[in-house]
Amino acid sequence: MDAMAELGAGSLLLGDPAFNYQEAELNERLKRLYPAVNEDETPLPRSWSPKDKYSYIGLSQNNLRVHYKGHGKNHKDAASVRATHPIPAACGIYYFEVKIVSKGLDFLSSLLPLSPIPGWDKHSYGYHGDDGHSFCSSGTGQPYGPTFTTGDVIGCCVNLINNTCFYTKNGISLGVAFTDLPPNLYPTVGLQTPGEIVDANFGQQPFVFDIEDYMSEWRAKIHGMIARFPIGERLGEWQAVLQNMVSTYLVHHGYCATATAFARATETLIQEDQTSIKNRQRIQKLVLAGRVGEAIEATQQLYPGLLEHNPNLLFMLKCRQFVEMVNGTDSEVRCFSVRSPKSQDSYPGSPSLSPRHGATNPNLHSAGADSPTCSNGVTPPNKNKSHNKYPGVSSASSSSSSSPSSVNYSESNSTDSTKSQPHSGTSNQEETSDSEMEIEAEHYTNGVAENPSARIMNGTYKHQEILQAQDISLEDSCASRQLCGGNQAATERMIQFGRELQGLNEQLCREYGKNVTHKKMLQDAFSLLAYSDPWNCPVGQQLDPMQRENICSALNSAILESQNLPKQPPLMLALGQATECVQLMARVRSGSCSFARVDNFLH
Amino acid sequence: MACLLEAPLRISVLSEVTATSRHYVDRLFHPDPQKVLQGVIDMKNAVIGNNKQKANLIVLGAVPRLLYLLQQGLSSSELKTEVLGSELRTEVLGSELRTEGVVVLGSELRTECVVLLGSELRTEGAVVLRTECVVVLGSLAMGTENNIKSLVDCHIIPALLQGLVCPDLIFIEACLRCLRTVFISPVTPVQLLYTDPTVIPHLMSLLSRSPRTQDYITQIFSHCCKTPEHQTVLFNHGAIQNIAPMLISLSYKVRMQALKCFSVLAYENTQVSMTLVNVLVDGDLLSQVFVRMLQRDLPIEMQLTAAKCLTYMCRAGAIRTDDRCIVLKTLPCLVRMCSKERLLEERVEGAETLAYLMEPDVELQRIASVTDHLVAMLADYFKYPSSVSAITDIKRLDHDLKHAHELRQAAFKLYASLGSNDEDIRKKITETENMMDRIVSGLSESSIKVRLAAVRCLHSLSRSVQQLRTSFHDHAVWKPLMKLLQNAPDEVLVMASSTLCNLLLEFSPSKEPILESGVVELLCSLTQSDSPALRVNGIWALMNMAFQADQKVKGEIVRALGTEQLFRLLSDPDTNVLMKTLGLLRNLLSTRPHIDQIMSSHGKQIMQAVTLILEGEHSIEVKEQTLCILANIADGNTAKELIMTNDDILQKIKYYMGHSNAKLQLAATFCISNLIWNEEGSEADAMTGCQERQDKLRELGFVDILHKLTQALDPNLCERAKTAMQHYLA
Repeated sequence: MDAMAELGAGSLLLGDPAFNYQEAELNERLKRLYPAVNEDETPLPRSWSPKDKYSYIGLSQNNLRVHYKGHGKNHKDAASVRATHPIPAACGIYYFEVKIVSKGLDFLSSLLPLSPIPGWDKHSYGYHGDDGHSFCSSGTGQPYGPTFTTGDVIGCCVNLINNTCFYTKNGISLGVAFTDLPPNLYPTVGLQTPGEIVDANFGQQPFVFDIEDYMSEWRAKIHGMIARFPIGERLGEWQAVLQNMVSTYLVHHGYCATATAFARATETLIQEDQTSIKNRQRIQKLVLAGRVGEAIEATQQLYPGLLEHNPNLLFMLKCRQFVEMVNGTDSEVRCFSVRSPKSQDSYPGSPSLSPRHGATNPNLHSAGADSPTCSNGVTPPNKNKSHNKYPGVSSASSSSSSSPSSVNYSESNSTDSTKSQPHSGTSNQEETSDSEMEIEAEHYTNGVAENPSARIMNGTYKHQEILQAQDISLEDSCASRQLCGGNQAATERMIQFGRELQGLNEQLCREYGKNVTHKKMLQDAFSLLAYSDPWNCPVGQQLDPMQRENICSALNSAILESQNLPKQPPLMLALGQATECVQLMARVRSGSCSFARVDNFLH
Repeated sequence: MACLLEAPLRISVLSEVTATSRHYVDRLFHPDPQKVLQGVIDMKNAVIGNNKQKANLIVLGAVPRLLYLLQQGLSSSELKTEVLGSELRTEVLGSELRTEGVVVLGSELRTECVVLLGSELRTEGAVVLRTECVVVLGSLAMGTENNIKSLVDCHIIPALLQGLVCPDLIFIEACLRCLRTVFISPVTPVQLLYTDPTVIPHLMSLLSRSPRTQDYITQIFSHCCKTPEHQTVLFNHGAIQNIAPMLISLSYKVRMQALKCFSVLAYENTQVSMTLVNVLVDGDLLSQVFVRMLQRDLPIEMQLTAAKCLTYMCRAGAIRTDDRCIVLKTLPCLVRMCSKERLLEERVEGAETLAYLMEPDVELQRIASVTDHLVAMLADYFKYPSSVSAITDIKRLDHDLKHAHELRQAAFKLYASLGSNDEDIRKKITETENMMDRIVSGLSESSIKVRLAAVRCLHSLSRSVQQLRTSFHDHAVWKPLMKLLQNAPDEVLVMASSTLCNLLLEFSPSKEPILESGVVELLCSLTQSDSPALRVNGIWALMNMAFQADQKVKGEIVRALGTEQLFRLLSDPDTNVLMKTLGLLRNLLSTRPHIDQIMSSHGKQIMQAVTLILEGEHSIEVKEQTLCILANIADGNTAKELIMTNDDILQKIKYYMGHSNAKLQLAATFCISNLIWNEEGSEADAMTGCQERQDKLRELGFVDILHKLTQALDPNLCERAKTAMQHYLA
């Protein structure tokens, strides 16, 4: 009854801007303290629960203040309240504080495990203010700390890594109180004396005790543990695994030349043959350049039957093609534009996106230069410098082949030494792309983490090429950012293509039944036509070249799968597994997961 | 060479000297400078990590020759040779790396290689040769302590210090590295750094040259700053301003060395500490910089040293004891250093620093006593070597044994500090497992450091009435304590005798057995000590012993001490000694029969002494105590006459009754009050005596004074005067 009233008061305050501000601050602090906690799965305690409390307990001030309103005659009149949620294991280290606003004959019990019936006084862990004793699931206490009284701030820290707990008094740690704690504990307070009032701080205010410093010690401990994890005699094996991971990653994304050089240096084998790699690379590049029509054509030509067996993929590609037509980038509409068709490089600033070398030029090294990462404009200035730098060391390091990059260089150096200057320049670029690959890996995880379905996106495109593409499209067509490049004939072709697409959808519906995703995709794509400026409309997001990445990797995976190759590179698989593993640790209540975040180890 | 055949060790080494070692030295004397250079380089490669080779070369006189080459190079450019080809260098580097197979001192080799790489760019032959010479010398210094001794005997220090004026950075760094190695050795007299007054300012100016000079120079300072004078010299030459910016250096090494340097400079130095607290580093107060270094994820060494700096600043009064950075940061950090997870060395240092931090502040003691179960945590300090380590691991046992004493004394010190004021904490300590037994056995340990710390701990706990009555008696701590007093250095004696004072308090059950053990002689001998602290403790213990003691004990004290010694103590230059001696007299002169008896035998001398003190230049407290003795004498039956017949004393009493200080007035009035007291129900002749005294006092004008005093503002004085007047009327 009382609880209801106070709950009402609490919801009244929700509209209060000050309250919202506080709420935002709380969210921010909790996010910083417990970054590993997924609040959708395991919400953090934010206030006392109006439901899980004794009737002698009154709540106020957003359910943070607790006061006692019973008789307080004997122990039977003691009453307690627990927080809205148990402490999630993913916190690693959890902390909350209680300020004694007004003291009676106090009694503060602060942790309870989840129990089927609210039989609160069983399995409770507490620290009592009147005698300073700690209580562990029983009525008899152990001498533990000092007594506490009005004005004192008592904190409770649960270490979910080693399952211990310690209390603090006014910012001073009192030492371990309990060990071998069970999981799913609730923050709790118990009161016993009329007039007794305590205020909770679940992160609403800065804590008196420096919990972040304590956490930093444990973070360092866990990181040290991981860093020192023994590999032992399997050292050689370990290296082979790593090399294999790098190699398959390169192959997957079609970094053909780099992959070959790497394989040579490390004496590993590449499963896929080079033409296949290059084909895939070419198709990917077409998609990423927005020339989806050509990509479909090439796929059909190189992998007959693939798209026919994957109608969904084909539909996705066609939808994208439509979007690219709106964008004015697809070749079917580009041929109508003032600019020359296929033969011309669509993005003068990034030669690598041009398909011209890929199929025609057998030289591996220039194909390597084609590799998307090389489009980065920063390489050329470095070229000379790095070129001069290496020969001095090369003789020394060639004997010990532990460093892949330098060996890679010296190898290609020796083979290319008789060749012309541009080639060695190219091999330098490979050098750079090697190192950039590492950066890419980092973006990859971001992609994985953001996208729980573990769809792989190549972050490099996002960060480098696409930006460049945008720049260029702005630069060369700031005024002409019009529908289908502003060409009438192209627009007509687009409309026609739209009809064909509609037809395809209907056909698919007939064959496979209704597909909501397809319908949505089609609707979104067609919606673009409803706006005078499709780039600045609610569905304009589709025109962002970044959107090409999903479909590009889907197509790449499909091709690989059709060749009986893994559709995901093992490196990404390993990363995904590691990330998943950490999340699993949280679910099985292993607290150390909070300090073993995968992204902490990707530099 | 003169230094050749100093020690027998050298001779034995000499016999093993091989022709190759001889060859290295011979090449240093070659007429062709380039051959000499090559010789030095070869020698360098030969000695790295090879202690035997180092000893050989020293014995064969390489050091003076190297020093000669070094100084020659400094004074002339004769030895200038052409550029060294890089091929040669590569070869040298290669061969050096190969020597790794020999007995390798890893870090040494690495630093030496770094130097080599650094010097690769050098072109000038003279500088190259000089640098190589210093590198070889530095390498020799990295050997045994005997090597360092030989180097110092050959005057390497002034030669290297002189080298620091050279503008060449690589050469300076080589000199500093070698100097560092020499100075951090315990066998090098630190004074050598201070003999030439231009050295310190020059070193200060070199601090800005490179991270390496910073590293080496601060290491030298840290190791050579042993006395307050050294601190002052460094302080006066701007050590603080010069070193402070290094605390935010990019190099961890430099930050760490700068921090160490500050901890040494600030130790018990108010001037340094007060300056430190106002220093800004990159906009932050130095104390904030130190607090940041306490962060738990930083290396322990850094946390511990930063905590030391803050502790020293706090003890010097530069930071308040209730400052958040002390209460919430420094103290918890030091408690963490005492935890089982830390290395034994860190635990020793942590406990000692914590003991020092909270020694004068009861609030810090209270906080520490509840932090992370510190009191219980310390009990673990006594468990080394543990029974497990003895069986499983000989190496560990050795390590444990080495630190066992240090751990115990550190724990005792910390307990002493924790329990020095708060009764509850003392209780907590004595209730810790086997604590009293540990103290008792600590009192008779072989290590003097442990004995001293144990007795300090005992002393701290002996301030508790409850503990004196219970645990002290139960464990008969007086026995080992008495034993300790028989034959101990002054330091221990001071603490032990001070503890004994407490054990002799009248409510202490240990008092009786101690008395029976013949302690009086011992205490009397303490009063003859040269140390004022021991004299105070001796007389203090006697004073406590005499309190409400029976006639026999009092007689024994007087007899053992002797009146002569008693009067010597009454003219002691130390006020404390004087006060306690007066206290002893006062305790001796209590209860009427005792007063009369003592006064009958020593009355004359006592009256003389009292007169002297009352006439002398003494503090109010001393005079008050003396007047109280007079009051006690006035309480005696026959002793009264000694005052009544002494007009001089009576005049003095009169004077003090009119003194501006109420305490003295009260004491004097007490005295008069006792003189005019008429004992109810006593004999008639006593009555007559009383009458006579009253008459005489009236004649002397005391009644008028008493009258005035009944109007006094001080209620006690007023009351006392009124009572005295009543006796007059009776």
